[in-house]
Amino acid sequence: MERQQAEKTPQERPAQRGKVRLATAWLGGCSGCHMSFLDLDEKLIELAEQVELVYSPIADAKEFPADVDVTLVEGAVANVDHLLLAREIRANSRIVVSFGDCAVTGNVTSLRNRLAVDDLLTQVYREGPGRAPTGGEPDGVMPALLPKVLPLHQVIPVDAYVPGCPPDPDRIWAAVTALLAGQPVELPPEMRRFG
Amino acid sequence: MPRTVTIDPVTRIEGHAKITIHLDDAGQVADARFHVTEFRGFEKFCEGRTFWEMPGITARICGICPVSHLMASAKAGDAILGVRIPPTAEKLRRLMNWAQIVQSHALSFFHLSGPDLLLGMESDPGQRNLMGLIARHPDIARNGIRLRHFGQEVIRILGGRSVHPAWTVPGGVREPLSPENRARIQEMLPEALAIVEQALELYQRLLPQFSEEVTVYGDFPSLFLGLVTPAGGLEHYDGLLRVMDGDGRILEEGLPPARYREIIGEAVEPWSYLKFPFYRPRAQEKGGRYQEGMYRVGPLARLNICDFAGTPRADEYLQAFRQLAPQGKPVTGSFHYHYARLIEILFSLEKIQETLADPEITDSHVRSKADVNQLVGVGVSEAPRGTLFHEYHVNEDGVLQRVNLIIATGQNNLAMNQTIAQIARHYVDGPSLRQGILNRLEHGIRLFDPCLSCSTHALGQMPLQVQLMGPDGTLLDELTRA
Repeated sequence: MERQQAEKTPQERPAQRGKVRLATAWLGGCSGCHMSFLDLDEKLIELAEQVELVYSPIADAKEFPADVDVTLVEGAVANVDHLLLAREIRANSRIVVSFGDCAVTGNVTSLRNRLAVDDLLTQVYREGPGRAPTGGEPDGVMPALLPKVLPLHQVIPVDAYVPGCPPDPDRIWAAVTALLAGQPVELPPEMRRFG
Repeated sequence: MPRTVTIDPVTRIEGHAKITIHLDDAGQVADARFHVTEFRGFEKFCEGRTFWEMPGITARICGICPVSHLMASAKAGDAILGVRIPPTAEKLRRLMNWAQIVQSHALSFFHLSGPDLLLGMESDPGQRNLMGLIARHPDIARNGIRLRHFGQEVIRILGGRSVHPAWTVPGGVREPLSPENRARIQEMLPEALAIVEQALELYQRLLPQFSEEVTVYGDFPSLFLGLVTPAGGLEHYDGLLRVMDGDGRILEEGLPPARYREIIGEAVEPWSYLKFPFYRPRAQEKGGRYQEGMYRVGPLARLNICDFAGTPRADEYLQAFRQLAPQGKPVTGSFHYHYARLIEILFSLEKIQETLADPEITDSHVRSKADVNQLVGVGVSEAPRGTLFHEYHVNEDGVLQRVNLIIATGQNNLAMNQTIAQIARHYVDGPSLRQGILNRLEHGIRLFDPCLSCSTHALGQMPLQVQLMGPDGTLLDELTRA
């Protein structure tokens, strides 16, 4: 069953005028980067003054909106849904950030790459009772797995990278404040480490 | 003709999923399904790694409850080493585990469910999130942030970072707790205790507004499973497995967790990457239908199965909690997961306070050294969402031959499906869907606070789409939020 691609138009948003339209997305990862983002703690209250959160796992928009200023993308690209969402994010965001090691390199999410997808599913679900999900052909409900997990920049162009598993809150704040000010993300060396 | 409704993605839960609702010929809700669409394959790709690496790798199953995986994995490692870890190491692990209960439950109550509870189940979806909560109820939002901060900060103090700390290892922990750091945690406690007491008062005040939701958001009898202390008290780190039925009868008094396979089976369905754990003995009694073995885990289950909590304030609240059910019966309404979560935060804070007062807590002997002595190890812990099992089979070199993980959220899978079916039957009328119903269904899932990145330690993700399907599988209506 094909999902309708709605025509996107920037909504009227008089109450939110002047705020940066921020989105966060979660592909193949553990949500640890989002948790580290929430570790900004009281800075989130400061952030709420400056941004409108237009799409996020912690908000309720179901469709990725148009006209987004900055999107932080956590996780690697592991299935067809991730791939479609990544493309939609790129088409509707001015700046896309690879947020955390899975997005930047594939990291732990890509540890399955040495195994064939079919074998993986067969082995994990073989004991039953019941019929295992196939994970191969799209059936309209379950997204097909990609043969290899990919970092985000292998699927769409990426504007900035914030490494870390997860990136710690200071690193996230450094990146976010630069982005909100319209500056490039230039992290000092100690903030460019993986892990 | 039957039809299906789909919600995709499900939001404000920790993972990727969709919901479909199936109508019968008369246009009534026949069934509802919760589909987890993320698969990552941990059980398989960890084969060939060493058990020493497993705490670090399996923490990456879940960024919300990495500590639970660190505990279960390190405990499976303890069993492979065949050692007793130093008493101080166990106390320190418990400290971190309670800290995680505090942060994860605070996230669930304030950040994820707070918008529904305080702004309204059918309020404006554009505002129904943490940012909207900050705008409308800044004090409550700040309290939630502070309470979660307490838990994350304790984890950071003990383990060096709040997410994926490389601190818990087979044999114990890497670093002791300094007296200065003990004092830092003690200084933060009063504020956290005050916030959770306020939140409990708030919940009790809010409850009358949700009398309808309480009766239809997953109120049904089920089995309950979790750990208890040898004396029958509330337990989150170790202990014995207890199973209670919907009438309050104890089916398993105290099974050693390493024998979990005797009572837990795992079914699979083609429409979800999340497996369906069930209680084997009940399924066998009912002619092998695994659905009959449905049980619930997590805060609601833990408060139902224990004889007492074991700390003064939490025991007072436990008494009040038990008033929600007839004498001697368990609380069956899933809505009260919220209540149970707050009581567990209070309990965890009291336990942290008690443990920090123990002079042994700053002892420097925190790790036992050994090599492979057993070829099988099972580690268990009570994650915020329920009982977590890690089972490792290794060769003489400690290289993993087989891995089985049973995740808390998976064990609630049958109950989550039943919950959304109950909500759908109550609110869905005919072949079209109201926007507000979407969020009610999602809240049904949020009650269980699933972390699906965890549950499909296989591979997957969780947005919510609702589809309404007819009996022949044709699509009648579909709701997504634009």
